[in-house]
Amino acid sequence: MATTSHTTDYPILETARQQVLEDGIGLTEAQLVEVLRLPDPAVPAALELAHQVRLKHCGEDVEVEGIISIKTGGCPEDCHFCSQSGLFDSPVRGVWLDIPELVKAAKETAATGATEFCIVAAVRGPDIKLMNQIKFAVDRINEEVDINIACSLGMLTRHQVDQLASWGVHRYNHNLETARSYFPQVVTTHSYEERLETCAMVKDAGMELCCGALIGMGESLEQRAELAAQLAALEPHEVPLNFLNPRPGTPLENQQLMDGKDALRAIAAFRLAMPRTVLRYAGGRELTLGDLGTREGLLGGINAVIVGNYLTTLGRPATADLNLLVDLNMPIKELQKTL
Amino acid sequence: MIPNRLTSPITGGFCGHCGELYPQETFDGGSAPPSNVPQTCDVHVGGAAHRECAVRLQLEPPRYCGQCGRRLKVQVSPHAWSASCSRHGTAIS
Repeated sequence: MATTSHTTDYPILETARQQVLEDGIGLTEAQLVEVLRLPDPAVPAALELAHQVRLKHCGEDVEVEGIISIKTGGCPEDCHFCSQSGLFDSPVRGVWLDIPELVKAAKETAATGATEFCIVAAVRGPDIKLMNQIKFAVDRINEEVDINIACSLGMLTRHQVDQLASWGVHRYNHNLETARSYFPQVVTTHSYEERLETCAMVKDAGMELCCGALIGMGESLEQRAELAAQLAALEPHEVPLNFLNPRPGTPLENQQLMDGKDALRAIAAFRLAMPRTVLRYAGGRELTLGDLGTREGLLGGINAVIVGNYLTTLGRPATADLNLLVDLNMPIKELQKTL
Repeated sequence: MIPNRLTSPITGGFCGHCGELYPQETFDGGSAPPSNVPQTCDVHVGGAAHRECAVRLQLEPPRYCGQCGRRLKVQVSPHAWSASCSRHGTAIS
């Protein structure tokens, strides 16, 4: 996308230039609403500023990650976007992945240059059986693969948080998904506060917190800004940014795909809300943004990607993203074991 | 992997995305693929009624067995997927 505007044309972007780029202070919720309401011609300038913020406060590296589901489907929760809920008439069947396959996937992920491998389970929270499997999987992967291991296992107890940290899980994913004010429209089987409790415990235990967003679920622009501000207040190490891919059988299956320009505005806004956070492209970008939008986002504040497939859907081929990073002269972040 | 068209769970008379039986004119009962369908591109099976399904199947694995319409057990990994039918075996991407 050619730049057709300048930040000087839009007061909120001039404010952001000083406040976020120069001073390193994220925009407030009210300011984020202004960014999300910018007209189409302002989007290139917003993305360019977000890219400058990312380069100054995060550096030029891009963090690459692969994700995999160790336990798919049959979840007792009712997250309305999720095809893995056992409460909806979704075509996704329950299936467990065995450990050798998990280790193989970790090796393949590491071979792409990825430094992160996230093991995900569709559960409310892990039981002893799952925790034992995670322990076994983490040990096997650490023996055979040079890669950081993250987990996403739902809501945790304090004991489980401490266990994961002691096993060497360096990062834990637990998304807010949407704004507090919209959460009851999306999830009824647990509360926003329960999600925040797990996030707080993860940080207390010294693990990096990965806490993401899923936008395009029918929330308002104000609620999108609210979510960005609530995430910023949590100070997560990483925010994966998902765009709704309406799944058959779920309550949101007929939700319209998010407009690509709105998605780009959101990328810029989330970067301007969180200048130092790893902002990762996650699910749904293929549909919402396509190839061109993916490039624009990487030049608009994104500094991490999930490569390859997602948990139940397919992504762009890993080579497409890796080649794009080469084209953009963006080096892949190198492995640094943090625990 | 190009599966055996006559036995693979990702080929046949049922749509891999929605599980519905393809319209009769595009399916001859499974003894042979429709003559107007590219032999290595299963997503084109089904004709206009399943064009949207075909598009969706480019970004997601099949969920229903093409041979019998049963739901498949699908495992997605970062660089591959597998889909298993209890009657018609497993296909691997």
